[in-house]
Amino acid sequence: MTDYLLLLVSTILVNNFVLVQFLGLCPFMGVSNKLESAMGMSLATTFVLTLSSATSYWVYHALLAPLGLAYLKTISFIVVIAVVVQFTEMVVRKTSPLLYQVLGIFLPLITTNCAVLGVALLSLNKQQSFTQATLYGLGAGLGFSLVLVLFAAMRERITLADVPAPFKGASIAMMAAGLMSLAFMGFSGLVRF
Amino acid sequence: MLSLFAAPHSHVPRRMPQVMRQVMFAMLPGIIGLTIAFGPGILVNLLLSMVTALLTEAWILRLRHRPVGKTLTDGSAVVTGMLLAVALPAIAPWWIPVLGTFFAVAVTKQLFGGLGQNPFNPAMAAYAFLLISFPLEMSLWPQPFEWHIAGFSWYETADAVTGATPLDAFRHKGMLTAEEFWQQPQLLSPDMVLAWEWVALGWALGGVWLLWQRVIHWQAPVGMLSALSLLAAFFYGVDPSHYASPWFHWVSGATLLSAFFIVTDPVSGATSRLGQCFFGIGVGILVYVIRTWGNYPDAVAFAVLLMNFAAPTIDYYTRPRVHGHRKAQRGLKQKDSAP
Repeated sequence: MTDYLLLLVSTILVNNFVLVQFLGLCPFMGVSNKLESAMGMSLATTFVLTLSSATSYWVYHALLAPLGLAYLKTISFIVVIAVVVQFTEMVVRKTSPLLYQVLGIFLPLITTNCAVLGVALLSLNKQQSFTQATLYGLGAGLGFSLVLVLFAAMRERITLADVPAPFKGASIAMMAAGLMSLAFMGFSGLVRF
Repeated sequence: MLSLFAAPHSHVPRRMPQVMRQVMFAMLPGIIGLTIAFGPGILVNLLLSMVTALLTEAWILRLRHRPVGKTLTDGSAVVTGMLLAVALPAIAPWWIPVLGTFFAVAVTKQLFGGLGQNPFNPAMAAYAFLLISFPLEMSLWPQPFEWHIAGFSWYETADAVTGATPLDAFRHKGMLTAEEFWQQPQLLSPDMVLAWEWVALGWALGGVWLLWQRVIHWQAPVGMLSALSLLAAFFYGVDPSHYASPWFHWVSGATLLSAFFIVTDPVSGATSRLGQCFFGIGVGILVYVIRTWGNYPDAVAFAVLLMNFAAPTIDYYTRPRVHGHRKAQRGLKQKDSAP
């Protein structure tokens, strides 16, 4: 039980996918303009990450490994992720048309979020069990959500600041993200995994 | 500026430069404590930082075609430089305070729009930046009360004149229990503990004076110190031979400096009183967690930065209800102006 808790803490804070491992930066920069859309995006991404991590585990261990097709893992994970994202898109479209509109192109773009493929491949590299893989995906999603929501709130504040002209918009957001990454280095060594 | 204002007039007894002067004045006891304990090197650092802060600020204001004189005389850049300088080791090479202050003023403050608009605390961001980039230079503290023998030569620091800070020594006690650790003066000299206690007393004096002058509010310091003490007391109570006592956490490192001078920063912290309380509690928890289980001995800079990161979200959820409205308004009203 403690192991699972530590795994979660490690993926959420110590090895945060966005600020420490620098994966999934595209939606991190793209959807953090407004807090509402950031919350929607983080929910969708957490859902996709957890589901795709669990599914990829089964695809690898029940399908690819017994058939000796391990070299196909990257491409099959991409297919799995695309299916999960398509599924999520349909669910969001039916349940919350407003959120569907707000997220726009970023919803299908979860497919190209490198954190999703990264979680599936890293989990395989770490030779995790099914529960661990699912928790790893969940932790990655929660860490992504935490950082995305905090960053969106901060960007709403920066929008109002008197930033020098060359740094307006995306560049000052990059600077803020860099300082956040600096702050997240404080967590290093908290959990040794 | 037009000096015409509409109805609800409130008397503003203090302006920016005066508040900054009061903060500088409140830092004096701590600075005196540091100087007595660790030698005049701290004064050199202070001077370097203050000059760099002013020069950097002036340079960037000129680049941005902003009025230089008015902004320089408000003293905020100098205070940033001072807050960084007192956190640096007294025998740090000259370029440490210079580089750090440049980073603090240019990147963390001016790049985000200058005074009142920086989302991160400039001094702490610069400290974290220096600690990650130059861990060796940032962890060499002179042996207290012996600086008159060694002088304050930053270019030849012998091991004999340097010592680990209490937090650093306690972190590296290895297999020893706390009782054994305190028995061994070669690991942590009693002088070092005493020196840090005096410095902490200095910060506390200045902080209480600031509270009395109502320059700062009590919510953030009380939140931080009580969260830190509660956590420390809990773990110390469970296992006193592995965890440091609450008193040790109070008097060593930058606990009191940050409680009164850093987490009370009105810009990078939370805005409402309730929010400031949460902000302080968050800093206290993070300080304890990173100090106890993390890689870095003094976690104050990281804890403050992490809570700066969270401050806009805290503000979002602790926004007070505006009089005449039933519910507190959340988020930005206008459309986002991002490209």
